[in-house]
Formats: sequence, C-alpha cells, structure tokens
Amino acid sequence: MQKRNSRIILGALFIAVFALFLLPSLIPGFDASLALADETAVTSDVDTVADANAVTYAPAPKLTAADYPSIPGVNSRVVVWLAAQLHLWFGAFVLAVPIFVFIIEAIGMATRDQRYDNMAYEFIKVSITAYSLTAILGGLLAFSLILFYPDLFTYLSTIFKGSMFAYALLFFAESAVLYIYYYGWHWLQGGFKKWVHLTLGLLLNATGAMLMFLANAWTTFMMSPAGVDAAGVFGGDTWAAIHNFLWNPLNIHRMIANVAYGGSIVGAYAAFKFLSARSKEQRAHYDWMGYNANFIAIAALLPLPFAGYYLTAEMYAYSQQMGITLMGGVFAWIFIIQAVLIGALFLSANYYLWCGLGRSEGAHRYTPYMKYLAVVIVGAFLVWFTPHTLVLTNAELKSLGGPYHAILGPLGIMPAKNTAVNLLILFTFLSFMFYRRANKTATVSWAATGNAFQIALFTAGIINIFILGIYYGYFTNTVYKVAASIPQVMTTLVIIITSVVIDVFMYKGAKEVAPLHWGRSRVSARSQYALFLLAVSFTWLMGLMGYVRSGIRQHWHVINIFRDNSPDAFTPGLGYAANVISVGTIIFMSMVIFVFWLSTISSRKSTTAGYWKEQGT
Amino acid sequence: MNNFLKVAIFSLLMVGAFAGYSNFGIPQIEPAPPPVEEKLDLGAMTMDQFVALGDKIFHGKGTCTLCHNEMGRAPMLDKIGTVAHERLGDPRYQGEATNVEEYLHESFVKPSAFVVAGFGKSGTNDTESPMPDVSGGGIGMSDAEIAAVIAYLQDISGSDITVSIPTDVPEEGGDEESEGGGRAPLESAEAIIAEFGCGACHKVAGETGEMGPDLTHIGALRGKDHLRRALLDPNAEISEGFMEGMMPDTYGTQLSGKELEMLVDYLAGLK
Repeated sequence: MQKRNSRIILGALFIAVFALFLLPSLIPGFDASLALADETAVTSDVDTVADANAVTYAPAPKLTAADYPSIPGVNSRVVVWLAAQLHLWFGAFVLAVPIFVFIIEAIGMATRDQRYDNMAYEFIKVSITAYSLTAILGGLLAFSLILFYPDLFTYLSTIFKGSMFAYALLFFAESAVLYIYYYGWHWLQGGFKKWVHLTLGLLLNATGAMLMFLANAWTTFMMSPAGVDAAGVFGGDTWAAIHNFLWNPLNIHRMIANVAYGGSIVGAYAAFKFLSARSKEQRAHYDWMGYNANFIAIAALLPLPFAGYYLTAEMYAYSQQMGITLMGGVFAWIFIIQAVLIGALFLSANYYLWCGLGRSEGAHRYTPYMKYLAVVIVGAFLVWFTPHTLVLTNAELKSLGGPYHAILGPLGIMPAKNTAVNLLILFTFLSFMFYRRANKTATVSWAATGNAFQIALFTAGIINIFILGIYYGYFTNTVYKVAASIPQVMTTLVIIITSVVIDVFMYKGAKEVAPLHWGRSRVSARSQYALFLLAVSFTWLMGLMGYVRSGIRQHWHVINIFRDNSPDAFTPGLGYAANVISVGTIIFMSMVIFVFWLSTISSRKSTTAGYWKEQGT
Repeated sequence: MNNFLKVAIFSLLMVGAFAGYSNFGIPQIEPAPPPVEEKLDLGAMTMDQFVALGDKIFHGKGTCTLCHNEMGRAPMLDKIGTVAHERLGDPRYQGEATNVEEYLHESFVKPSAFVVAGFGKSGTNDTESPMPDVSGGGIGMSDAEIAAVIAYLQDISGSDITVSIPTDVPEEGGDEESEGGGRAPLESAEAIIAEFGCGACHKVAGETGEMGPDLTHIGALRGKDHLRRALLDPNAEISEGFMEGMMPDTYGTQLSGKELEMLVDYLAGLK
C-alpha cells in the first residue's frame, strides 16, 4: 500500500513539474506551428514579424449585430457576465485558500502545534468542493463565450491558443496536486513525509498562480492589447500579447485581493460553525478559526488599496482616456459605492477585533481606547465616502453657490481620500496591535523605550500624512497633488513594518497577564455577523469592480481594436449593474452555503441497526 | 436551521442594502450609447454648419472635453487659435507645421510634437503627450472631422477660420457600406446578375458573355458548395481553358449573405 502511495506522490510531482516546465516552451512554439494561414490577411507592421516566410494573421473582424448568435428570451451578455463573475468568485477562493493553508501548515510544523495543522486541513476541506464548482463554472463561461460571442472567442484563441492549451494542461496538474495534497493530509504526517506534503502545497500554489496569470493575460489583453497592430493583426509573439501593459498590475492586485477574499469566506464558514456549535470545544475551535480567518483577511486588506491604486495609475499611464473614463467619467460614482463597501469591510473587521477583546481580562486595559479608534475609522470612512460634485436642482445650486459644497467639496477630491484611506489602514492596524497585546505584558528591559518609539513613530507618521495630504493636495499644483500619494503610502508602510518588527522583539517571552478564553460567552453572536458582513461585502465589491474593469472598455471587445457591435454593446447603467451583481452575489452565497453544508455531512454517520444483513464471523 | 435562516436573512438584507443604495442613493447616470458613424454631407454645408459640426465632434465623438476641461487634466483650448503662433516659435517645438491650421492638425495626429509644460506623461519631462492620435484607435476621427474641429477651435478663439470644407472626402464607414449597406438589397438572382454585370463574361440569365464559362447548365455540373466557393474565391479552381485572375474576388464583401445564397440557389437550379 505504502509503495503504491509513494508512486502516486511521485507521479503527481512529475505531472506538475512537467506541466510547469512545459508552459514556457509551449507558448512561443505553438504559435509557429498552428499559425493561421490566411492569404487575405493584412500584412502586419509589428516588429516581431520580420521574416518573409512568417505567417500573417487576419485583422480583428468587423462585426454586425447579426454576427452575434442569440437564444430567444436569453440575454447573452448577462449570461456571460454572471458565468464570468461566478467563476471569478470561486476561482479567487480556491486559489487563495491554498496560499494561507500552506502558511498555516508551515506554522504548525514550526511550532509543532497541531491546532494549526487541523485548521489548515479544515480550510482545504472547505475549498475542495468549491474547486469542482470553479471548473464547472469555467466550462460554463467558455461555452457561453463560444455560443454567444463566437468571433471574439475565435480572435482571442487565435492569439492565445498556445497559452490556452497550456492552461488546460496546468489545470490537470493542479487537480492532481490538489487531490493528493488533500487526501494525503493524514497519511503524509511527521518527519520527511510532512516536508513532502508541504512541498505539494507549494507546488499547488505555483500551479494555481500560473493558471491565474494566464487567465489574467487574456483579460488584460482586451484592456491594453499588445503584440497586435492598430487593425488587430497579431504579430505572432504570444509573450508580447501576454505581457501586456496591465498584466502585472492586475496579477498583483488579484493575488492580494484573493487572499483577503479567501480569508473572508472561510471566516464566514467559521462564524456559521461557531453559531451552530453544540459544545464548548466546538465554540472554542471555531472562534479561534474565525479569528485567524479575520486576521488573514485584514492582513491582505491593508495593502489592497495600494495595489488597487497602482493598477489604476497604470491604467492612466496606458491610456489617459481610459483612466479618466474610470475615475472622472460615467464610472466616477462607482467609487462612492466602493467607499461604502470598503468602509463596511474595515468597520466589520475592526468591530470583530474589538469584540474579541472580551476573550481576555487583560484586554480591559485597552478597551477604553477603542471608542477613539472607532471615531477615527468612521471619520475616515465618511471622508472617503464624500462625493466631489453633487447632483442638484437649480434652486439648490443657487443656494449652495455652485456644484461644490464649501466645506464638503474639498473632501471629495483624491488628496482628502488618500489621507483618509491611509488613516483607515493605520488605525485598523492599531486595533490589531491592541488585540495582539490584550493578554500579554512585555518583559524586556527596553519595553518603555519601545512603546515610546512606537508612539513617536505613529505621531510623526500621521502628521506627515496630513501635511502631504493637505499642503501638497490643496496648495500646490496638480502634479504634486497626485505625486504626494506615494510618500503617504510609504509612510503608512514604514509605520506598519517598523511597529511589527519592534513588537515581535518586544513581546518575545512576554508575560501572560490573563489567558485568552476562546469561545467564551463574552464572544457575542454579533461579532460573528461581522464576519458574514465581511464576506458579503467583499463578494459584492468584487462584482462591482469586475463590472467597472470590464465596463471601461465601453463599446469595444478589445479596446480600440475590436469593436463590440452586438445589441448589448452599450455600457449598462449603475443601477442595472448593481442588480446583476446582487443576483450574482445571492447565487454565489447560496452555492457557498451548499459547499459549507457538504463539508459538514462528510463527517456525519447515521445508525442503521437492522438495515444490513448480519455477517457471520 | 434557526441560525441558517438568520444568516441567510442577514446576508440578503446586506445585499439588498447595497443594491438599494446603488439604485436610489446615488444619481443614475446612463452611459452614452456607442457612437454611430454619421454620413457627412459636406458639399451642402456652410462654414457655420461646418463649425457647428466641429463643436458637436469636440463635445461628442472626439471625447476632447474628457481632458480639455477646467479640471486641469489638459490645456484649455479656448485661446488655441492665438497661442498656437507662440508654440510654433517655441524651442521645444518638434513638429513640421508652418501655420496655425497645420499646427492644430499636427497636434491631433502627433500630439507629442509639442507638449504644453506640465501636461506631459509623468517621467517624460514634457516630451511625450498622454493624448492619443485622434485619427486612430477608439476615437477614429476622419480628416473631415478633424478639419471641422480645427474650424471650431479657430472660431471659439476668435481667430480667422483658415480651414476650407473638404469636398473630396470618402464616405465614412465605406467598407461597411459596400457590404450591402450602401444600396438597397437586391431582391432576385437576376437583379444581382444585372447589377454586377455577370453577363459581360458569362452566358447566364439571357446574357451572352464569352470570356468566362457558360453557366446555362452549371447546376447540372456543379453543386452548391462548389458554386459558393467559386463566387467567394474564384481563383481557387480555374475551369479548363480560362485564365486565372479574370473574375473579381470581391463578391464576398460586396454581396450580403442573403444575396449570395440567392445567387447560389439560382445557379444550382440551372440544369
């Protein structure tokens, strides 16, 4: 048996490694052999096609409404929209879970604390059913595209055929590694076997990340096409098409967002199990699990606005028109909704931490400060939420003296919002620091100095953020207004990283003043609903940003190259989009609940006395 | 089950709150519909109408006001007709224009020829403009449309309008129009044969052309697939005794799908 299992492991490793090495060799190679021979194709002026024998490609087709197949009573755009969004939600979840499962398993190995190992196993157990659903929804998306947008699919697959084939192979590799990783969990325990298991986790993450990067390339190509000329004629260099302008910014943004999102979903799972727990042990376990999930979500949520800002800045750099359409055009109001949703995320995550202070008597030292943190966080949220221009009647305009309010108007522009979001992040981090110290007291000789240094660091940093935001935001020209956001971000990061480093050393060997009571009655049901709010807000927010990301292409399949001439080429209004996103969120949450339920029935057993025939011994 | 219901109701309420806020809490702005190519009847236009056309393009299809507005994203153009002279004499000017009209045209299609200080792409020290070439890509303005916007800009800045209304401009969307959109659809195979002059070369529909194969009984010799291919790609297979390249290979773009099938059916029926 053991010999057979070893063969399975080695086989899976071989498949995964083979697929990983195959990927780069496939992408350029396949293009040459499968290139489209079209004698009528326009000659490409892309530099990469210099060889006279090189095969030329057709330009992007010019379609009419009649070229888009339809099914009576079915809105093709909504079908593709929902299929893509559901696939993305599940994809984000199943790619994120192995990242933190790998980290938690490694922590368990390092500390030899089996609770981490059990929690990591439970996380991956939840994601295993979601994995099948991700694949099914991916298939639904592909079929929907082929059925409703055949010319677009043909055009994209002509350019990306190599990477699409590699994607399919990688999917096999990921499935193999995932199933061995999950089903071999209890078998590969202890000593060298545990290292093998951890390596499988690493491999699982590597294949998952590569899958996402490939799919991101197809998406970003539609936003910032590369490797094609102005008519859409492909030059034959697939790497140029993959490595388009927005590819890496989106890769970074999605990778971080996936972790935060995955944390929020498993947090909801833990909350549900906590509320349904029938024993103290179960409450304690799921309370601890919920805390860790929230920690994961917050840890990834803190850098997420920076990654989003980077992606947006790169959109501006690629096309000022696209950037302005996004931030200053018809989509500008989206960002007010986004502020509400991100505000909900930060408030619920903080509220959960504040409720968690009830787990230890030692936390009473810090409880009085929480109300001040709440004031700053709510204040920052309100600034972020303030719109620049208001939709007013003529009488209201006259009364106000213009479209901008004298006091609230200045809060509507980016310098105020950048300042607010940096404070939001810093004070959320502060909440976490208070929570972390709740049951401990530092015993190192330099504890007082360390605390004083941290206070000074926070004070100086916050003053710096305000100066950068107010002086450079309002009293200098536009160039500095935008540029000042970078040192603001750097200030926030310096404060967080330096404080973490100081805290790690300061609280090494710290004295426990009162134990943490996981699952005690003071941990309220309300705090668990904060975790649900986190998951629902995150899901809805992802749907909203998906609509914006896709919507800024407006009436183009591939921006400026391949025009969308379908009956649905118009950009949908915000209310309509919100309704589609809400329907998608409800479908997704229902499916997630189904996944949660499946993970619970696998361990249930029914007594069947008298049902089976008695076997003689 | 009790917890399940509570969680489900709580989640639905949250989703409802977000949807409600998006529908009723903020202004509902319907994005503009995709731009539609308009036919320009330039021959009948006065200069005032041409300027009005430029105004419409400036605020619409050209998407100029997305950046050239009071928010400081790009220079204001209300005095461009007068300041253009100074730009031409600026040492940083990299273009080839010799007068205001040429300068404006150049700034539309080669925006980096001169970048107003403070408005260049970041990191380029004002040597590269973030503005796209408006004659290509997503904006796709024709020469006539560019001329109309130049006339509009000269008009609003109070300078003389030096642009003349183009008279030899090809129709917008010519490619699409030739696909059957520029003429009424033909209703019968005979009408198609007459319209495209097939009888000049072929014996068909009462015509007596001799340069191409006799089509009087072509349906008895060839199937529909062969006929369709012969119409779309006539040089793929040349009948014995006839020369390659004689028959135009443009019918695939000139005939509509319905017309093509009507013609194929007609020829297949000639037995």
